[in-house]
Amino acid sequence: MSARKILILGATSAIAEQAARCFAAEGAVLHLCARSQVHLEQLAADLRVRGASAVTTSVFDAGGYVNANQQLTDILIQMGHADVALIAWGTLPDQKACEQDLEKTLSEFVTNATAVIAWLTVLAGYFEQRGGGVIAAITSVAGMRGRQSNYVYGAAKGAVSLYLQGLRNRLYPAGVTVVDIRPGFVDTPMTQAFRKGLLWASAQRVGQGIYRAINRRRQVVYLPWFWRWIMLVITRIPESLFKRLKL
Amino acid sequence: MSAGDQESWGRVRAEAQRCHVPRWADKGAQVFVDDGPYLPRGRGRSYGDSCLVSHGTLIATRALDHFVEFDTETGRLRAQAGVGLDAILALVMPRGWFLPVTPGTKFVSLGGAIANDVHGKNHHVAGTFGRHVRRLSLLRSSGESMICSEGENPELYRASIGGLGLTGLIQWAEIQLKPISTYRIVQEAVPFSDLTELVALSEAADQEWEYTVAWVDCFSRRRRGVFFRGRHLESDAGHETGEIRTEPRISVPMDMPGIVLNRLSMKLFNALYYRAERGRNTTVDFDRFFYPLDAIGHWNRIYGRKGFYQYQCVVPLPEGTEVIERILQLAEERRTGSFLSVVKVFGDIASPGMMSFPRKGLTLALDFPNRGQPTLDMLERFDALVREAGGAVYPAKDARMSRESFVAYYPRWREFAAHIDPAFSSDFWRRVTGVAQ
Repeated sequence: MSARKILILGATSAIAEQAARCFAAEGAVLHLCARSQVHLEQLAADLRVRGASAVTTSVFDAGGYVNANQQLTDILIQMGHADVALIAWGTLPDQKACEQDLEKTLSEFVTNATAVIAWLTVLAGYFEQRGGGVIAAITSVAGMRGRQSNYVYGAAKGAVSLYLQGLRNRLYPAGVTVVDIRPGFVDTPMTQAFRKGLLWASAQRVGQGIYRAINRRRQVVYLPWFWRWIMLVITRIPESLFKRLKL
Repeated sequence: MSAGDQESWGRVRAEAQRCHVPRWADKGAQVFVDDGPYLPRGRGRSYGDSCLVSHGTLIATRALDHFVEFDTETGRLRAQAGVGLDAILALVMPRGWFLPVTPGTKFVSLGGAIANDVHGKNHHVAGTFGRHVRRLSLLRSSGESMICSEGENPELYRASIGGLGLTGLIQWAEIQLKPISTYRIVQEAVPFSDLTELVALSEAADQEWEYTVAWVDCFSRRRRGVFFRGRHLESDAGHETGEIRTEPRISVPMDMPGIVLNRLSMKLFNALYYRAERGRNTTVDFDRFFYPLDAIGHWNRIYGRKGFYQYQCVVPLPEGTEVIERILQLAEERRTGSFLSVVKVFGDIASPGMMSFPRKGLTLALDFPNRGQPTLDMLERFDALVREAGGAVYPAKDARMSRESFVAYYPRWREFAAHIDPAFSSDFWRRVTGVAQ
């Protein structure tokens, strides 16, 4: 079997990097996209040492999503083809600041939802035509119910989850797998300021979970697993009660 | 920030300490944020206060864990400081390589191994870890990156090996690995009945055995024990390539009550261990030979919330045997034996590190539960003996040595101090040099 070709968009995310290490260890070919060339080079060197057959990179900014079509074409010229695409970028907006700032709310929504949806759209076209492959995106358990502490982030992630669901339905006949990855609390630089409790998982554990979910062609995956059950409870609390809670 | 960053492996705690986990350490990256003084932090496996900086900011290297380059032909490996020895083993062993020197745990960072100039069971033939560091890159708080080696900035290179993280943040280091063909160790376990016999056994084995170490039953009347000698099992059939697993098998879930480790349980453990291990000549997995305690995650919790002191000293031979004997007697008189007592004869291979601990002689490592002042008083008596014998105590394991002792053990400390980054410090350094916080 020849090496799988993996495209990772937002490759400098701590979680994506851990998933990339799993792909590297099996000898996959990787193409990494992120904003910083310096950081891409560090990741590429690391993944080559860890066993990747080849690693190429391109500088990309999620904000330039209107050119996603052209960017994907350029990437595929470098890669030849892709078997798996993983969208991993994201920011954690300051909810309180967003409430006071319309521009901030919209720009956070663009980064975490609109730009992701743009890329999913062009990736869907590519994989559908190819007649196979895996599209995966990192969303969040926060996208399953709006809470006052985090609803800008939650709404964006929820929008992506719903979009993925539709895409999965559309791409099923083409044999394309669409994976919705929903992590809970993950200990990464994005969450450095938080106090960590029992529910927190390492980026390594979540990254390995993503690798397994893609290999097993899962549809919706909670990382770690216990979040499925936590969210089962949270989504079933009646709204008349939920609106009174401080979550 | 995680709770673990606030204390050391022996459960010493820092006061008002911040922790920053930079994701990148290249030029222009946000490494020195918050207020100093700064101190790099690897896996926090130093026992005392050398990995703590009260009222300062730790720069945790756990996210700076990228490999940079690995030449599988020559065994030259370049990696960032936050890469663990566990990750290095998982990468290099299936390609036929092994660490040139390894401490008793693989759960330490490459940066920590250099900053403490760690040693292992092959000290008599390989010297310290620092001897195998070809080059390293040091990020100073001024923002300057400096390549250090025998040829470039040699003084800073010698200060950084065993420099306790005080000379700057190690960004990456290049080490020379050594070839192996299997993951197994040929081991012989020879019982001995006293320390003189042990030293004779060790000196006889030095030529032929790459790894030597001894365990002493400090509860026995004449210091019986078992001398372990080992070497890599060789194979002509190409090197072994199986996957290496590095996670602990079990973990101590919470602090144990102080009573768990009492005189009786320790005595019983040591007696059983002696019976189980003596004369066990066999081949064992590398993990069992080098890292027996790594099988139990958080083993420091068996000492409970108050933690423990580890005491490791080295004293020149031939008088060393008597000094070690006297130390064990002092512990016995206070009826506080050590759960594990480990002895090894160090060789005379010099380290490049100016603050390096290992030196020719007999080294002894002991653990004592923290019982407050009586424990401290006992350790101070040990120090008096070690000072008189011209020995030294290991900073990585120390939480209490006096300034007087430190100066005696590390006569080059002033020369070293000139290389410390002006924005770096540690609780250890403040303590042994008498600098206020």
